[in-house]
Amino acid sequence: MSTGTTKLDVVVSDVVPVNELVTRFHFRRRDGELLPTFSGGAHVVVEMRDGDRTRLNPYSLMGSPLDTREYAISVRRDDVGRGGSLFMHRQVKPGLEMVISYPVNLFSLDLRAKKHLMLAGGIGITPFMAQTAQLAGVGGNFELHYTCRTASLGTYADVLRERYGNRVRLYHDDREERIDLDRLLSSQPLGTHLYVCGPAGMINWVRDRAAALGWPPETVHFEHFAAPQPGAPFDVTLAVSGKTIHVGEQQSLLEAMEAAGVDPPYLCRGGVCGQCETNVISHDGKFIHSDHWLSEEDHRAGCKIMPCVSRFEGRSLVLER
Amino acid sequence: MGITFRKETFRDDYTFRNSPEHIRRFPFPFNEDAYMYAVNIEPHVVGPKGSVLENLIDVDEHYVAEMQDRALVLAEDPLRCQSLPHMTLAGWDLLELLMEQQALGYPEHFTLERNGDRWRWINRPLGIDDTFTFGDTSTLPYGPMEYITRQSQGDFCILDQRDGNLWMDAGMVTTQADWSLDFDIGMNFFEWHAPVPLAHEKGIFTRALKFLTNIQQGKPARRLNWTMTINPRLDTSPENYHKWGPDRATVTPDNVGQKVHLRVELQSFWRLPRSNGIVFPIRCYLINMDELVTQPKWARRLHRVIRDLPEELATYKGLTRYRPTLVEWLSKLDDGSPTSSGFGPD
Repeated sequence: MSTGTTKLDVVVSDVVPVNELVTRFHFRRRDGELLPTFSGGAHVVVEMRDGDRTRLNPYSLMGSPLDTREYAISVRRDDVGRGGSLFMHRQVKPGLEMVISYPVNLFSLDLRAKKHLMLAGGIGITPFMAQTAQLAGVGGNFELHYTCRTASLGTYADVLRERYGNRVRLYHDDREERIDLDRLLSSQPLGTHLYVCGPAGMINWVRDRAAALGWPPETVHFEHFAAPQPGAPFDVTLAVSGKTIHVGEQQSLLEAMEAAGVDPPYLCRGGVCGQCETNVISHDGKFIHSDHWLSEEDHRAGCKIMPCVSRFEGRSLVLER
Repeated sequence: MGITFRKETFRDDYTFRNSPEHIRRFPFPFNEDAYMYAVNIEPHVVGPKGSVLENLIDVDEHYVAEMQDRALVLAEDPLRCQSLPHMTLAGWDLLELLMEQQALGYPEHFTLERNGDRWRWINRPLGIDDTFTFGDTSTLPYGPMEYITRQSQGDFCILDQRDGNLWMDAGMVTTQADWSLDFDIGMNFFEWHAPVPLAHEKGIFTRALKFLTNIQQGKPARRLNWTMTINPRLDTSPENYHKWGPDRATVTPDNVGQKVHLRVELQSFWRLPRSNGIVFPIRCYLINMDELVTQPKWARRLHRVIRDLPEELATYKGLTRYRPTLVEWLSKLDDGSPTSSGFGPD
């Protein structure tokens, strides 16, 4: 099996522009049945058939887990990315038949928490849309701090304020509003769990401050899907399948393997779940590790690579695939 | 045509028996003439008609009697059913799963009607017809996990997933092979498996945990485990060891066929959708030696497996005391001829 999840045949039921960068897509099942129930923080992997090229990108489910007639995802357009978000924005119209994965949750709420403190940056707001809906349905205690560049780019800020009032605090970069993080983290009741989703810099900042202020690691949760970055093309030998493949500039190593008919397992395609971890047999060159799965030691040792997000520069690379 | 439920007991006079059809569908756990631990996990998909895998949640002729036995155990010891406060949502997940699966597999016995949050559950074998609000615990006579597991065969452990580990945070455990929910509640995967010999050294639990934490919704998995029990007693708990432990000393060449039971657990693993937990049903099947050896292949194979079992495993499974008597008895049914591969009878 090439993936840990079952596939769902869906049809795009609506496409809604949210602001100048973000568009929301709604999916329903083609057979008219209900979609699987999910938990707040779950994502689906969306298959994009773009000519002879298939992209598989993960997006957080942002609708209410209480309503499974349809799923919704929000996609931020990335003009310098590898083209997945541009495909979604330009090619995907209502009525298009697509395939998505079953939901997978790698950013689950800790239901023991007495309070859920959520920190979102930019498009990192999407998993919190579902989590807040889930918690609100059972009277859960949460507080959301949301930073965005400008008010007009504050995706769903208005919806969240309307739904949850003062439980949502907004911070606008252009007005130089900043989260007073140390004060926030120092004034939480015992039993609070912290969740952060946003750009890498924000996640690192929050995790570092939380650690410095004595938050136990098991109370700090973060979601960071590194989208695969484009880079210089390179060649790889797959020793087990006896193939040599070329990884294009806009392609990930995992995608190049799949295009050659080699199917490593995967769940997140973003360097966090660990499924596609691959052993390096030999190499002559330099790894560009972009994952959050392998340890720094692993990165230095050069014995393993996460082909979903990491790349290679150099003369030769032989992998155990 | 529905199942004919047997009137039988798992204690005192021990009237439990398998019908001939149920002997043939018994989940014999050995596919070769030897046994050693392996990570023998496979996808939990529907199997052949007439097998215990015909439905993903199996209901059989022992259903009503097993539910009566569970009620007796709980009346004596309510701590066999526990759910830590954060596990209520997972309890609703489990209620949905078991109602859906039982109604799907056995429509003549179970019916689930859903109208939004308003659900009606009809369980004809147990004479239950309840209407309740899904998600509202006050509309059920018990918490959601206890309510549905008083109506479902097998033990159920609900595992919370966090910090890269699984935590035994809820369960209904009354048909267990000598382990205690009350002791294990709140433990993580490595803690509750600590007593198992050999498997840690083989790295089996590390690999198994990696597999289990990656179980995905809609893709349950399963494995078989086994031990032996003297008399058809479902509740072989540490709490009641004084009631069943001494039975091991009662096995004689004359009563092996009736007293010694192979006890097989069909364990399955399911991701729960709302709570993101894992439910681990452990379904216990019992068969006495007289019933088992009606299938000559099973008689020959069981003889070889028990005879050659490593000493540590025999000790862990509690067979030491009566193993020689059992092996001697089985040896008379083993002419040394080869056995066909696979689990099923010839």
